[in-house]
This record gives sequence, structure tokens and C-alpha cells, in this order.
Amino acid sequence: MTSLLLRDLKLSVRAGGGALIGVLFFMTVVAVIPFGVGPDLNLLSRIGPAIVWIGALLSALLGLDRLFQTEREDGSLDLLLMQEHPLVLTVLVKCLAHWLGNGLPLVIASPLLGLFMNMDEVAIGATMLTLLVGTPALTFIGAVGAAVAVALPRGGLLVSILVLPLAVPVLIFGVSASYAAVEDPAPFMPPFLILVAITMFFAVLGPLGAALALRNAGD
Amino acid sequence: MTDSLAISKFTELANPTRFLALAARILPWMAAATAILFAIGLYLSFTTEGDYQQGATVRIMYVHVPAAWLSMMCYTVMAVSAIGTLVWRHPLADVSHKAAAPLGAAFTLIALATGSLWGRPMWGTWWVWDARLTSVFVLFLMYLGLIALNRAMDDPSRAARVSAVLILVGFVNIPIIKFSVDWWNTLHQPASVIRMGGPTIDREFLWPLLVMAIAFTMLFFTLHVMAMRNEIWRRRVAAQRRMAARLAGREA
Repeated sequence: MTSLLLRDLKLSVRAGGGALIGVLFFMTVVAVIPFGVGPDLNLLSRIGPAIVWIGALLSALLGLDRLFQTEREDGSLDLLLMQEHPLVLTVLVKCLAHWLGNGLPLVIASPLLGLFMNMDEVAIGATMLTLLVGTPALTFIGAVGAAVAVALPRGGLLVSILVLPLAVPVLIFGVSASYAAVEDPAPFMPPFLILVAITMFFAVLGPLGAALALRNAGD
Repeated sequence: MTDSLAISKFTELANPTRFLALAARILPWMAAATAILFAIGLYLSFTTEGDYQQGATVRIMYVHVPAAWLSMMCYTVMAVSAIGTLVWRHPLADVSHKAAAPLGAAFTLIALATGSLWGRPMWGTWWVWDARLTSVFVLFLMYLGLIALNRAMDDPSRAARVSAVLILVGFVNIPIIKFSVDWWNTLHQPASVIRMGGPTIDREFLWPLLVMAIAFTMLFFTLHVMAMRNEIWRRRVAAQRRMAARLAGREA
């Protein structure tokens, strides 16, 4: 399991700049927003957490289709299916590796983008914290989509369509927790704890569903 | 004993020929019941008085509410069929959730469109990002995604199993939709018919609404059985085409 984790990590870092592309895309999305809404710094600082979250959501989707696709192409997916470890565990480890390679860089890059958005320190910290606990949920939900679409030749776009509706609650609570940290009347903890609960819920459901789909997608 | 009898009846239905025979026998009755219920329901909903505040626009409710109920019930039917696909490998369950997805999308679209039509005069806007509205819109997107996924795969049984997984994962959205109006106090009114302590809606509106709800439900089941029948026929035609092609290939 550890070796699988390390192998996937190495692949995600080295193979064609996969992880870097995600961060680059994240920055591009966030950088495009001010062109759309205008360079008003007050407005940007108000909608900043939401923009950073949406950017993170979109770039989390970007690498998802490769989660199982390359394994299927070179045949190692069949080996993973045949080994004696429970498949759910394998999927969980692959999700963790995917998150470390694609999700964590987004979290690390988010303070910089927060500065671009003229957000204050508390807002940046809160957004980073919510991204830290929220992005694993995106990976776990995405694993189901990736497993479902693994047999399709051009599954990438379909994965995004299938995964985005399910990711809406994560976005809602992530953004509302970030806002709550800045604005006084709303407490920070309730939405934040719900976000944690969503992540843990999908940490169970996601690998289960993905493992089930992978077993059924094989011929 | 009765339980195993019920199961054996259920497995007998797994034979598509038996299902087709049964469908041919009950479909006329179901269609007739739907037509009668709609006649009564529409008569009732047009003859009852308008609300003292909302006037005639209240009649939109008689279409909107049943369609919204069905958009959720259809997904529940799909989730049950998905369990049937994954657990028992029931061949009709595949057909069932594939046939239900476009119906669910249609009912959800009706609910969204009529809600929007009602919202314009009542709330002064076509659309708000309210919890109920947003979650129903997400449901609509999920239906479309499921249809796209089912269309994207050639092998029907594999497509069925894979989309069954997704249906079950997406089922978490249904309780969110149902309770969204109670959890988040936003613009959409809270539940007024199926709630603890009985309906709060006036009797005068309740009757047409219930008749229309039953009519819509019958319409759904009629269309569902018809769609399942068409799907079975489509698969048979495809299988026979393959056989014909194979024969032609052998002769050439």
C-alpha cells in the first residue's frame, strides 16, 4: 500500500507536470475573474473566497479522469483488481495519492491567490483551512466519477459533468465557512464542521462506489 | 413462505417475454386510469375557486407540486432499480433505471418551468438561488449526466451496472432536496401537505392536488412501463441485427 502511494505520487509529480498543470490552471481561472468582473478591489475582496473555491473545484476536476485511466491503458488496473488487498483500500490509497499530488498544491497556492484578490489575513487563512479539509471530498467524489467513466475513450468531460452536481454541497459549505470567518454575525464552526462531516462521509462512500464501479467496468 | 413466493414471482418477471406479456395486458388499463384521473383532476383544478390572494395563478400548483414530487420519486425508483441491478443482477432492473432517467429529467424540467412561471408574478423574479430551487436544478443536471453516461457506453449491461453505482451515490441529494426547505429558511415555502401534524393546506385546494398527484403518478408508471417495453424491443432488434450480420459475414 505504501509503495502504491509512493508510486502514484511520483507519477503525478513527474509525468508531464500533472500536478503543476492543476496549479497553473487554478491560477489562470482565478486570474481571469478580475477581467470579467472588473478590477474593483473591494468587490474582489468580497467575492474572493468564492472565486478561490470555484477555481480549486474546477482544477480538482482537471486531473480526475487520469485517476484510473492510465492504469487501464497499461493493464495495471487488472493487476490492482486481482490482488488480495481489498479493492476499497487500494482505491482509498490512490485517492490519497491523487489528493497529495493534485489537491494539496492547490491548498498551498491558495494564499497567494488570496493576496491577488485583496483578501485580508483572516479570510485567506479561513479559505486555506476550508480548502484543506474540503478538497479531499472533491477527490473522493471524483473517484466515483473517474471509475464510472474509466472504460470510455473520452471520459474526461463526462467525469466533470457527473461529478460537479455532487460537489455542490462541498462548495456551499466551504464558501460559507470562509465567509463566516470574515463576517462577524455568522459563526465559523457550524459550516466548517459540516464540511468536515461531508469529507468524512465521502471518504467512506467514494472509495466504496469507485471500487464497485471498477469491478463492474472490467470486462 | 409467502416471502419466497413473492421472490419467485419477482424472478419470473426477469424473463423479458413474461414482462412484455404482462405489460401488454396491463398497459391499456393503466393508460385508461391515467386519462380518467387527469380528466377528474383537471376538471377539479379548473372549477375550484382561485386563492383570495393569488387568484388563478394558484392553479399552477396543481401541475407544479405533482411534477416536483415525481422528480424525486422517479429518482427513488431508479435507486431501487440500481440496487436490483447490483445485488440481484435482475435484467429488468437495468432496463428500469435506464428508462426512468429521461422521464425523471422531463418531470424535473416541468417542475422547474412551472415554478419559474409561478415565481414571476408571486416573487417578482423568474429565478432565485434558493435552497430548494438550486437542489432541484442540481437534480436535473444529475438526470442529464446519467442519460449521457448511459448513452456513452455500447454494452448495455455494463452501462447499467456502472450507472447504477452513480445513481446510488447521487441518491444522497434526495433527502437534501426534501428537507432543504426545513433546514434552510429561504424563499421557497416549507412543506405543507406531507408533514408532521397533517396538511396545512386548505381542503379546497387539497383535493384537486391529491387527484392530480395520483394522476401524475399513474402517468409516470404508464410511461415507465412503455419505455421499458420499448427498451426491451430495442435490445432485441439490436441482437437480431448482430445475428444477421454474423450470418451474412459467414456466407460471404
